[in-house]
Amino acid sequence: MIEKTLSVSAIKEGTVIDHIAAGNALKIISLLKLSDNETPVTVGLNLKSQSMGLKDLIKVENFCLIPSHGAQIAIFAPQATINVIENYKVAKKFQVQMPEAVHSILACPNARCITQSEPIQTLFIVEENHSSVFLRCRFCEKLFSQDLFHEK
Amino acid sequence: MLHIADRLYAASRLSHFFRVHNVTISIQNALKGSDLISIADLSRTDLELIIQIAEQLDRELPPDLFKGTILATCFFEPSTRTRLSFEAAMLKGGGSVIGFSDVSSTSTKKGESLPDAIRVIGSYADIIALRHLKEGSARAAADATPKPIINAGDGANQHPTQTLIDLFSILRCQGKIDTLHIAVAGDLKFGRTVHSLCQALAHYSVRLYFISPESLSLPDSAQHELKKKGVKFSFHSSLESVLPKIDVLYMTRIQTERFSTMGELIPNPCLLKKRHLEKVKPNFRILHPLPRVDEIEGLIDPTPYAYYFEQAAHGIPVRAALLALMLGRI
Repeated sequence: MIEKTLSVSAIKEGTVIDHIAAGNALKIISLLKLSDNETPVTVGLNLKSQSMGLKDLIKVENFCLIPSHGAQIAIFAPQATINVIENYKVAKKFQVQMPEAVHSILACPNARCITQSEPIQTLFIVEENHSSVFLRCRFCEKLFSQDLFHEK
Repeated sequence: MLHIADRLYAASRLSHFFRVHNVTISIQNALKGSDLISIADLSRTDLELIIQIAEQLDRELPPDLFKGTILATCFFEPSTRTRLSFEAAMLKGGGSVIGFSDVSSTSTKKGESLPDAIRVIGSYADIIALRHLKEGSARAAADATPKPIINAGDGANQHPTQTLIDLFSILRCQGKIDTLHIAVAGDLKFGRTVHSLCQALAHYSVRLYFISPESLSLPDSAQHELKKKGVKFSFHSSLESVLPKIDVLYMTRIQTERFSTMGELIPNPCLLKKRHLEKVKPNFRILHPLPRVDEIEGLIDPTPYAYYFEQAAHGIPVRAALLALMLGRI
């Protein structure tokens, strides 16, 4: 497992977000604003995976996830696993937990939603159905699949 | 501001005695001080309470029921029946009305946000009925003021008071809702009254039939909700095939531009003619939220099957019941 994790490039200290469904790594980088500072980030896109076929992977040096990060990752990558790396080794490993709701960070994809035109904090209620994740806007009540979202 | 669903189970339930027409009713008013934003916020208990009070107020609306209270009708979009029936209900009960029906006469034109406008209006009125172009505007308004907000239509999203009128009308013309066969025809994709009605009918044991052009069929999300609640439903391409089976036909208007493709009009399967009614059940009734254009032939109006004008008249007792409950006047 460690060998797989290190297949893109090894990091000494930091976090590896693994088992991201292919195509979602860049969304997560944007959502967590990982490109906004000088922290080195390594991204693997469309890597072969036994369980997923293809997957994405993100390695962030000197970065420790907080619970709200895990919730944000879960929206776009419900199967993701988080590996905390210490001295090149996996010191801790856990799966992300789907949040009940997502506050403020996502924009509503509905162009007619009031949150698009007024200074209102968005709120989405998470609904899971047959392993798919949907988000319902608290305001316009529309239900969206996660692939329609972008950060606010 | 707590919403109705939150209030329903609140520990601070109070019993009130409501005396009208020499009948005293003891009710548990869980709606006092709540907002009405979405029909999804209402349980079957809530729906039945509102209908029960509307029945009473339809028989007799006490002239001092709303004395000393002010309703603000804030209509950022045009309306005829909704605004006027809200205002008529308030005035018949001795209350007062302030408001506007034209966005050009408001500070919105100067760039004022909706939350700011509602916060200010909430300091002038006891309850606010809001219609706005944007979906979710009523929920945003409810967050901006402690005064109760009634959603009088937020874009293509919800129109819960119309749905209450629809339920009241079905009950009035059929004597029940459970076990009825109800067809919904017209614009099932964009029609906000259709979506709200489906959510409300999902609380009952009904059989639903949907008739629309293929391009305006019921959205997947609405179908998903009906399936979750175990409601049986089917889709049909013409009115004639379902008319003999149903008790209620709920017609809606199709906007012509919505069912044209590449400039070519697709035939509208939702035009009801008098000749279609030859094989309907004796108790069959036609409802329509109005305005209608050409989807119901005028020759049907004098028949016993036409119930849409009575339905529109029910706007006053139903909205009076809602105002009375939310203001805690009963």
